[in-house]
Amino acid sequence: MGKKRTTSGEGRERQRLPARRFRTTSPAALRADSVDGGSLLAPLLGLTDRAFSDCPDLADGAMEKMSRVTTALGGSVLTGRTMHCHLDAPANAISVCRDAAQVVVAGRSIFKIYAIEEEQFVEKLNLRVGRKPSLNLSCADVVWHQMDENLLATAATNGVVVTWNLGRPSRNKQDQLFTEHKRTVNKVCFHPTEAHVLLSGSQDGFMKCFDLRRKDSVSTFSGEATEAGPREWAMAGCVPILPVLSCRILRLHHSFAHGPMQDAESTANDARESWGCPLYPLGLCSGPQAGQSESVRDVQFSIRDYFTFASTFENGNVQLWDIRRPDRCERMFTAHNGPVFCCDWHPEDRGWLATGGRDKMVKVWDMTTHRAKEMHCVQTIASVARVKWRPECRHHLATCSMMVDHNIYVWDVRRPFVPAAMFEEHRDVTTGIAWRHPHDPSFLLSGSKDSSLCQHLFRDASQPVERANPEGLCYGLFGDLAFAAKESLVAAESGRKPYTGDRRHPIFFKRKLDPAEPFAGLASSALSVFETEPGGGGMRWFVDTAERYALAGRPLAELCDHNAKVARELGRNQVAQTWTMLRIIYCSPGLVPTANLNHSVGKGGSCGLPLMNSFNLKDMAPGLGSETRLDRSKGDARSDTVLLDSSATLITNEDNEETEGSDVPADYLLGDVEGEEDELYLLDPEHAHPEDPECVLPQEAFPLRHEIVDTPPGPEHLQDKADSPHVSGSEADVASLAPVDSSFSLLSVSHALYDSRLPPDFFGVLVRDMLHFYAEQGDVQMAVSVLIVLGERVRKDIDEQTQEHWYTSYIDLLQRFRLWNVSNEVVKLSTSRAVSCLNQASTTLHVNCSHCKRPMSSRGWVCDRCHRCASMCAVCHHVVKGLFVWCQGCSHGGHLQHIMKWLEGSSHCPAGCGHLCEYS
Amino acid sequence: MIVADSECRAELKDYLRFAPGGVGDSGPGEEQRESRARRGPRGPSAFIPVEEVLREGAESLEQHLGLEALMSSGRVDNLAVVMGLHPDYFTSFWRLHYLLLHTDGPLASSWRHYIAIMVSLSGPDTWRGGFVAAARHQCSYLVGSHMAEFLQTGGDPEWLLGLHRAPEKLRKLSEINKLLAHRPWLITKEHIQALLKTGEHTWSLAELIQALVLLTHCHSLSSFVFGCGILPEGDADGSPAPQAPTPPSEQSSPPSRDPLNNSGGFESARDVEALMERMQQLQESLLRDEGTSQEEMESRFELEKSESLLVTPSADILEPSPHPDMLCFVEDPTFGYEDFTRRGAQAPPTFRAQDYTWEDHGYSLIQRLYPEGGQLLDEKFQAAYSLTYNTIAMHSGVDTSVLRRAIWNYIHCVFGIRYDDYDYGEVNQLLERNLKVYIKTVACYPEKTTRRMYNLFWRHFRHSEKVHVNLLLLEARMQAALLYALRAITRYMT
Repeated sequence: MGKKRTTSGEGRERQRLPARRFRTTSPAALRADSVDGGSLLAPLLGLTDRAFSDCPDLADGAMEKMSRVTTALGGSVLTGRTMHCHLDAPANAISVCRDAAQVVVAGRSIFKIYAIEEEQFVEKLNLRVGRKPSLNLSCADVVWHQMDENLLATAATNGVVVTWNLGRPSRNKQDQLFTEHKRTVNKVCFHPTEAHVLLSGSQDGFMKCFDLRRKDSVSTFSGEATEAGPREWAMAGCVPILPVLSCRILRLHHSFAHGPMQDAESTANDARESWGCPLYPLGLCSGPQAGQSESVRDVQFSIRDYFTFASTFENGNVQLWDIRRPDRCERMFTAHNGPVFCCDWHPEDRGWLATGGRDKMVKVWDMTTHRAKEMHCVQTIASVARVKWRPECRHHLATCSMMVDHNIYVWDVRRPFVPAAMFEEHRDVTTGIAWRHPHDPSFLLSGSKDSSLCQHLFRDASQPVERANPEGLCYGLFGDLAFAAKESLVAAESGRKPYTGDRRHPIFFKRKLDPAEPFAGLASSALSVFETEPGGGGMRWFVDTAERYALAGRPLAELCDHNAKVARELGRNQVAQTWTMLRIIYCSPGLVPTANLNHSVGKGGSCGLPLMNSFNLKDMAPGLGSETRLDRSKGDARSDTVLLDSSATLITNEDNEETEGSDVPADYLLGDVEGEEDELYLLDPEHAHPEDPECVLPQEAFPLRHEIVDTPPGPEHLQDKADSPHVSGSEADVASLAPVDSSFSLLSVSHALYDSRLPPDFFGVLVRDMLHFYAEQGDVQMAVSVLIVLGERVRKDIDEQTQEHWYTSYIDLLQRFRLWNVSNEVVKLSTSRAVSCLNQASTTLHVNCSHCKRPMSSRGWVCDRCHRCASMCAVCHHVVKGLFVWCQGCSHGGHLQHIMKWLEGSSHCPAGCGHLCEYS
Repeated sequence: MIVADSECRAELKDYLRFAPGGVGDSGPGEEQRESRARRGPRGPSAFIPVEEVLREGAESLEQHLGLEALMSSGRVDNLAVVMGLHPDYFTSFWRLHYLLLHTDGPLASSWRHYIAIMVSLSGPDTWRGGFVAAARHQCSYLVGSHMAEFLQTGGDPEWLLGLHRAPEKLRKLSEINKLLAHRPWLITKEHIQALLKTGEHTWSLAELIQALVLLTHCHSLSSFVFGCGILPEGDADGSPAPQAPTPPSEQSSPPSRDPLNNSGGFESARDVEALMERMQQLQESLLRDEGTSQEEMESRFELEKSESLLVTPSADILEPSPHPDMLCFVEDPTFGYEDFTRRGAQAPPTFRAQDYTWEDHGYSLIQRLYPEGGQLLDEKFQAAYSLTYNTIAMHSGVDTSVLRRAIWNYIHCVFGIRYDDYDYGEVNQLLERNLKVYIKTVACYPEKTTRRMYNLFWRHFRHSEKVHVNLLLLEARMQAALLYALRAITRYMT
């Protein structure tokens, strides 16, 4: 069955060349056609009462007639308000009378005419008469003739087409019944200018053209005719010019060719005269079967071209037909993915056709060109059930949807993302929409499954544009910032100094040009891009850090040292120091290679980063006090207390460097060692004024001894300190008083202090605060890295959710920088369940066959289509089932190990193709 | 990666060794085959001789399903072998099956298998691993495989002890499971509401849709399993196969009734001719006399509906007593299919197909909530509905669309769905009574399907054509249940 569901609706068009030979769009060609058989055709089709075979400007005449009609309608002025009325049953379709004062509503169990009055709808006529409701009255569609106020047609779900004449005197207005369709009729359509021509499209795949003066169809168009047609003609032995003739000929041949069928054929009643039958081979005909024809969803006569109509199909195709040529369509193209539910010709622009489909799109096609060209595409949020051009507004159309969404939207096709207007009255899906008057753009009528009929006024519509936030803001990968806003807003702003923004990202203001838009004033916006200064303030440090940090696989001390080194090399001294501190806190001193110590401290002050106090001494003091008492009670009172306090301050200081430098700890330490002030010391944290312990110890008492700076910090020296249970006052003094840029001062002290066997648990709170500090600073990298490196040691102190949050933020960042490997490592090392399952999802890798380039759906190494093993190892010539590595240059490859080994010895491709492969 | 290729080939060879005659059609060969077929179920199906399956399906097996089915299961199971008779359909079936059970989706993997177990147990279908399934459809064939998968995907073994051990959220599904399996027309928006209303054990809409698709998929799959008499996976060495699904009736089926072997072949061959003639006439719309009044058409549907009451499988067929192992998954085990129109009872309103079609409404809804599923379902329905080889029994070049449509619409009719544009008189003209009995049984009480029923209808047709009927059954049943469920969701949403 032709093309089923082709995936893209790019308008792949199948042009039939022979068809074009007979028909071009120029009136001259039309005349050429009509010379052959126009006189026969005209009365049969009943297209016009004039003998148009002789009329030299037939098309013009039709147009003239039409324009006269429309202007005749244009006179009255409509008034009314937004209103609705309740129907007894769900509506399936509505149609408006040409006088714009009546509307007909049809559904499964309703068929009524309402008069549209100023304030309300008034039921005027119930066409559903008779005791027992017949299925003929279960309407799928209804249409009111635009020329004749008394003429209506309905399509019934059981496949019957009924016409109604309101002029009949009896109560039953039913006029004619056409039972030619075998399945539900989806659509009926009157010719815009001819009084007697009716077109129907059905689920059975046929379109039929009826002349209301006859009791059966005049011609039948098959959705499949393009497939079956040519072969049938060939069988009949002639290529007919006109359907009327061809039909006769064909029927004869058909009967002769199939002797046994002759009886059946002859018993066929007159209804069989429909021209479609011969085109559609019966089951017993020999030869290939014509595919099942696709269901017709909509048929619409062109408003501008007299003979043309469009039909849409369930398989996504749209066909254009010439009413005189039922054998094949003029052109066919795939418009949508999935069924095309509706179409509408533009009332003014010749050849513009709007189509709406199940794929939630409305497309506008230009049919005047050689190939149907998609001009606009509007993406809606649900399947499009109906589409109607808005009168007098060239680019506006109204749509309603098949499911889920109950609103009616009016779109400006040039602005496909935001509806121009929206009507929200209905509570269930809207099934029918109609503009009340062909020249009045402000009145829209709609019927719905919620059993109501509405008149919407355009001025009462809600306008989503007004609610939309017209500003947009987005960060680019490299820190660029794009900002779009209404032009008026930006213009007002431009007088001022450009926003300077974050000082870490120096920026400049750049106006980009506004893409030419038809919505000048309304929707035009200005796009500004703020770029980061090249080289400055980038995120280089982040990438480097992420790549070079070691997170696992080595002892903790080494990890800390390594990471500290990395941080320092990148100039992030504070971070480096933190790492060092962590090592000191968590690694047993006996195991620490002391040699590393001397270069492990850098002063935060020198790195120039803005620093904050995440916690201050106030918070810490009480805690320290109690600890101190505890220790004291154990007996090794004095030195322990001292050590404790100084290490605590040390840590404080670490985050606090900028304030006082290293003097404070030194003060503590020395003061303590020198005795006497002991009580003060102990009381101090406990009692009232822990605010600023610094002022308790006068700094002046200990002159700075700058000469120490030059002292080379030998390992022995430190070792000594570490070994001695009591730190001598002088040594401590020397160390801690070292000026700011001393490389080892603090550390040596703290290392020495560490000897006191303080449980690392004690620092849990501090480390936790430290992690929070970094995370809040925006350096989630540090937080996560520490979390991973320290593992169990701190995890329990931080609640699961926070951890998870950090992990996901960090992973997100890493992925933005395309650091896939690092991000995967982090995922792997994480202990949070939610995070570690991140790399369990979407682990499928799709590969294409290297021979036929088709995707290999089942297994990665055998192609279903060409039945060959796709991935052969170029080295060992066996199938690769595991890791396959290949060169992106020549696409040869093989087992990972084999290729690695090969490329160690040779730089050429192992397949011998001469390519210089590179393994990286 | 699965390295099951060789294994599968070996298995195939195993089957082939079993069929020495191969393609031969000679008399003695047939006898042998037949006797073998009766001796004990061997091969994929209890109804279809193994040679038949292999002869017709061998190439397609190798080309299509061998690879696709292997992908996930590591072996070609009996279901795949039988369904592989129609490779075009099987491809789309498999895609959906895979999507539902193995691809990322709103529901956790283990949950999906658990739901499948619930279904299979609660529906009409399964026997595997030696125990007769006895839950909703009692399909142990499906249960066994899903149990293994359930555990593999990290399911809690506790749950397998019974539905009462499963989380509340899953238990809430059992009501709708029951309805979908037997009387889908009873599903209302209140059922949906109950599942979706905010609370502790709430379903999200996306989860629910996947669950519903999965439920209907498994229900209809169990129809297929029973309809084709798919045997549980035996071991390759032919160890005693688990209990055949239809022991009681098998004895009662006289050997002469076996297809292709029927001495009364002439008679049934005439049936085929007659059927074809009627089809042809219908196609030319000769039988559709213009005189038929609308009332007449109306009554024909009612007639068909009420007539379907009569084609209930005879009550004397032994009702398999539910296996206790499976009962633990079933709540209200006595709940079963009840005829849509029962005499005297107030029938629920007929579902008008035109008011809620799959193409327009069902698809649009699913597409919104479960996009991948919607696409594949659509393709699968299409594949099943339009599948044809233009053959009927020994004739080829036949347009079978009338016949297929009659079967499809009859199944929908049994579930209370009516097409306005269909003349239900056609069903009567095209479907013989035995076929109707079979269809009704497989669609509504699959567990009662017997080999006799299978043999009785379409005696002159090929097995692959009978499998084709089963495919139509599967899809029509699934679509019917899905339509009811989706309509309820739509009503809930509006």
